[in-house]
Amino acid sequence: MNLTLKVWRQKNADEPGQFVSYQAKGISQDMSFLEMLDVVNESLMTEGQEPIAFDSDCREGICGTCSVVINGAPHGEQKATTACQLHMRHFNDGETITIEPWRAKPFPVIRDLRVDRSAFDRIIQSGGFISASTGGAPDANAIPIPKPDADTAMDAAQCIGCGACVAACKNASAMLFVSAKVSHLGVLPQGKVEKDRRVLAMVNQMDKEGFGNCTVTGSCEAACPKEISLDFISRMNRDYAAAVVKSAWNQS
Amino acid sequence: MLPDSKIPSGPLASKWERHKFDLKLVNPANKRKFEVIVVGSGLAGASASATLAELGYQVKCFCYQDSPRRAHSIAAQGGINAAKNYQNDGDSVHRLFYDTIKGGDFRAREANVHRLAEISRNIIDQCAAQGVPFAREYSGYLANRSFGGAQVSRTFYARGQTGQQLLLGAYQALSRQIGLGKVQMFPRTEFQELVLVDGHAKGIIVRDLNTGALSRHAADAVVLATGGYCPVFYLSTNAVGCNVTAAYRAHKQGAHFANPCYTQIHPTCIPVSGDHQSKLTLMSESLRNDGRVWVPLKSGDQRKPWDIPEGERDYFLERKYPSFGNLAPRDIASRAAKEACDAGLGVGPTGYGVYLDFADSIKRMGEPSVREKYGNLFDMYERITGENAYRQPMRIYPAPHYTMGGLWVDYNLMSNVPGLFVLGEANFSDHGANRLGASALMQGLADGYFVIPYTIGHYFASHTQHKPSTTHDAFGHSETQAKARIDRLLSIKGNRSIRSMHWELGRLVWEKCGMARDRAGLEEAIATIPKLREEFWHNVSVPGEAKGVNVALEQASRVADFMEFAELLCRDALHREESCGGHFRTEYQTEDGEALRNDEDFAYVAAWEHQGEDKAPALHKEALDYQEVKMTQRSYK
Repeated sequence: MNLTLKVWRQKNADEPGQFVSYQAKGISQDMSFLEMLDVVNESLMTEGQEPIAFDSDCREGICGTCSVVINGAPHGEQKATTACQLHMRHFNDGETITIEPWRAKPFPVIRDLRVDRSAFDRIIQSGGFISASTGGAPDANAIPIPKPDADTAMDAAQCIGCGACVAACKNASAMLFVSAKVSHLGVLPQGKVEKDRRVLAMVNQMDKEGFGNCTVTGSCEAACPKEISLDFISRMNRDYAAAVVKSAWNQS
Repeated sequence: MLPDSKIPSGPLASKWERHKFDLKLVNPANKRKFEVIVVGSGLAGASASATLAELGYQVKCFCYQDSPRRAHSIAAQGGINAAKNYQNDGDSVHRLFYDTIKGGDFRAREANVHRLAEISRNIIDQCAAQGVPFAREYSGYLANRSFGGAQVSRTFYARGQTGQQLLLGAYQALSRQIGLGKVQMFPRTEFQELVLVDGHAKGIIVRDLNTGALSRHAADAVVLATGGYCPVFYLSTNAVGCNVTAAYRAHKQGAHFANPCYTQIHPTCIPVSGDHQSKLTLMSESLRNDGRVWVPLKSGDQRKPWDIPEGERDYFLERKYPSFGNLAPRDIASRAAKEACDAGLGVGPTGYGVYLDFADSIKRMGEPSVREKYGNLFDMYERITGENAYRQPMRIYPAPHYTMGGLWVDYNLMSNVPGLFVLGEANFSDHGANRLGASALMQGLADGYFVIPYTIGHYFASHTQHKPSTTHDAFGHSETQAKARIDRLLSIKGNRSIRSMHWELGRLVWEKCGMARDRAGLEEAIATIPKLREEFWHNVSVPGEAKGVNVALEQASRVADFMEFAELLCRDALHREESCGGHFRTEYQTEDGEALRNDEDFAYVAAWEHQGEDKAPALHKEALDYQEVKMTQRSYK
């Protein structure tokens, strides 16, 4: 099939960007969306033009690197699917497709469709871990964990850190991402020890990075390729409120 | 000359304990005076960076991805082995050791493998403490499943995303150290050159992928944890960014490359659908626990799978290997699938595919149970192929997945270049000629959490060469070399796309040095690769400039190294006149088509020394002396 692409091109963070149209010809329906972009890039490069810069790595939906907004939807409209796993059989011959980077202030554009998501790393660095240095861990079966808790932790831990939740949110809120990590660790007995400290530090860092507030519209959940549930946001709100009260009590 | 492998003397089971005592220590107050560079942030690199920082060393960690959380370890699906014997089914350290040695077709070092089996237990404890959400039983205790090449259930898993969860555990440990200021992290930064000062690895030159700037970093030691070299085949299950650059450029600086011909072709991947593909997707080996592999009995059978009656199907793994059945090791299962397809029995549009059928399991345990165990894999299969594997069998075909070969290291994981340590898939040490499923995660974490923290201190305590200044001539020289390579790539301005050159190379290596190899094919490849290289350096198109983001330059720089490395791979495959594990030479097989080893002449590690551009590499041999295990013909019948 043949497609028209309207792609966001931007030389760097300081210069303004614009949409540029390209023709994608002879696209097979078995291609992934990113393979379709590879084809366009290959023809650009053989003409001596610079390829469209976009991020991708594993191309099997788990590394969270790919980050393009397709026709207004982060990763495209197919549910629970990253852009690298979206296949061209979901598009029609002759269609025009708009392709943009994640748009959120805390994710500045580096070039074209590449953005800087290091804000997410800094949130994890502020407290998204269990402080268990290597060595000295007890036998793995010494602390039984009820299966439902382990399953809940796993549901939250599936987050791939792609940032689609932020890109989908009108306020560029990172609540879904942060709450997934807070919940994953907070549900497990190993993570309960640092629960209060963790949620306070991570929320504080999230605010510092400039992510917006959550108004629970659920657009993040709808865009999440791993279907992380909005329930984790309510859970984090509870954990946060409890931690604030406890820390105020301890200070008084 | 190959240096001593430093394998400790004494009984196998106590070597590591004794060795740990014999290793020199660095006093806690002195540790902060030593700086370590870690390249790569996968399981091995992240766990090493975190642990070394916890001990007090100053660490700098580099990765080409935009975040250390994205390294390709994240894509490992099935699980991680550990000799916990939680299932009371006869597992032990010795059995995991033996299974791994046998699985590697008796081409790995006994002492390394035994250490790996011992440490496996600590890894699970450590990961559980970090909050890795392993699968659990209703009792709250950890669940296990079985994996290829083993008759016990020793594999721990987190749904079909074990690699992701283990990597996030290591990433979080690393993030904690970054937050504490103990690790300086350099994402989107790619290795260019290893810097040697007085023969010791003391620094690296890197390129910032955002700005294009080259920079110099000096340290007391350099750790490479940069993964394998599967993309030499172009299509593989690796991430599109995976590359051999750091390992190969270190090789050109003097580090020996060991056993490059040991490459693993994974049996259960989604078949190739066309030339446009950028990668192949693995379907976890764990699927073989409940899926049955078959092809039609008659060649050219065009009926739909469900129309082919039981009696007209060949469940070839169950037939050929009754005791291991569908859980035969990867090399064996892959070769059997290839043979079936070569005989015209393959299925799907290209004829290069076999069925992996869940109908019996769905009948036995019901669709919901199958969905709970493998749901995410079935979903992924449907996204890629548009087919529903609950209703019809999956189609699978082998694809390059992992590389057992890598830089040569001694028992301390140090290469022959003093101060250069190599961890995880990037080294050669533990898997011999074939890796068993669920062993890669185990090795990456063993190296990073539990081996390097002990052995690197011994190097610091035994040598007086300290971190040089980045104004040292060696840094200037290496930086000039890196810059010259970049300028040369940008000045070619030819007509061929980088992808088409990579594709052509990969196709050649896959055909001549893939699942089955022979002398004539390998000689042809060795003659053709230099011509491809010539074509690449004269006719590839690398647009753009050295400054700023340049995707084409990043790709071209990696492909350039594959163009050289491919020749080394084929040379190693040509010289090893035997079949073992993933290395199958059609001239050397038993009457029933199994790999025929030649222990008399080839029971050694082949370590190749770079001799200069366009010169054949020199071969060094490290004999494999087995104390505990008797080399036998591997049988899974």
